[in-house]
Amino acid sequence: MLLNQFLILAAILFGIGMYGVLVRRNGVLVLMSVELMLNAVNLNLIAFSARLQETSGQVFSLFVITIAAAEVGVGLAIILLLYRNFRSPDLDEVHQMKG
Amino acid sequence: MVAQNVAFGILALAMVLAAIGVVRTQNVVHAALYLVVVLAGAAAQYILLAAEFVAWVQVLIYIGAVVILFLFGIMLTRAPMGDLEGLNNRQGLPAVVATLALIGTLTALLVDAFSDQEIVLDAPTPTADIATQVFKVYVVPFEAVSILLLAALVGAIVLARRD
Repeated sequence: MLLNQFLILAAILFGIGMYGVLVRRNGVLVLMSVELMLNAVNLNLIAFSARLQETSGQVFSLFVITIAAAEVGVGLAIILLLYRNFRSPDLDEVHQMKG
Repeated sequence: MVAQNVAFGILALAMVLAAIGVVRTQNVVHAALYLVVVLAGAAAQYILLAAEFVAWVQVLIYIGAVVILFLFGIMLTRAPMGDLEGLNNRQGLPAVVATLALIGTLTALLVDAFSDQEIVLDAPTPTADIATQVFKVYVVPFEAVSILLLAALVGAIVLARRD
């Protein structure tokens, strides 16, 4: 197996995740797209860990998974709070700071 | 080697199609289910790369916990269950251009930098090796991450509490 096939798959997944962050309006869907991007990064870490025969990459991907779990928890709490205040999960309606 | 490449191809195709489903579908619950396919595909790729432990952590934490959290988020924000319009904003075309530019740049760079590198696997990584790394070399980051997770949980409860 080539190293590049994993890296390019990760690049494509990262790009799709970025597209989702740019176009989605629902906050929960934006968080899902962020998860796609984090997964792409994890795939990179594991691929390099296999290429270099080095377990540090796997340890770092475990850290990324943990931080992703924390991020989803806080992110969903924030979206819940937005929903309670604006009666909609639509991120485009949160523009009070706009000048 | 051929079998591994075929498995990679099938998984990669499924992952990319499901990822496009996550960002394109007009049904919020379907997006969460497509996300399950992408995450399971990633776990299968980890097994292909002989990283068993990370693969099972991925299944337990992502598919087991994070997706359930997403479904709770969908339920609590009372997203309509059927198809609905207006899940995407009007930046579709510029976003496609930016995405293709990003993927193109990254692919060109990767082909330039790593095209001669090959992955040669002999045996799956023993979980004991990862445990040694976590508790010997990376013990301080590990503790920092546990404090971070605790702080995030407390923060989430404080934010979401009604009072």
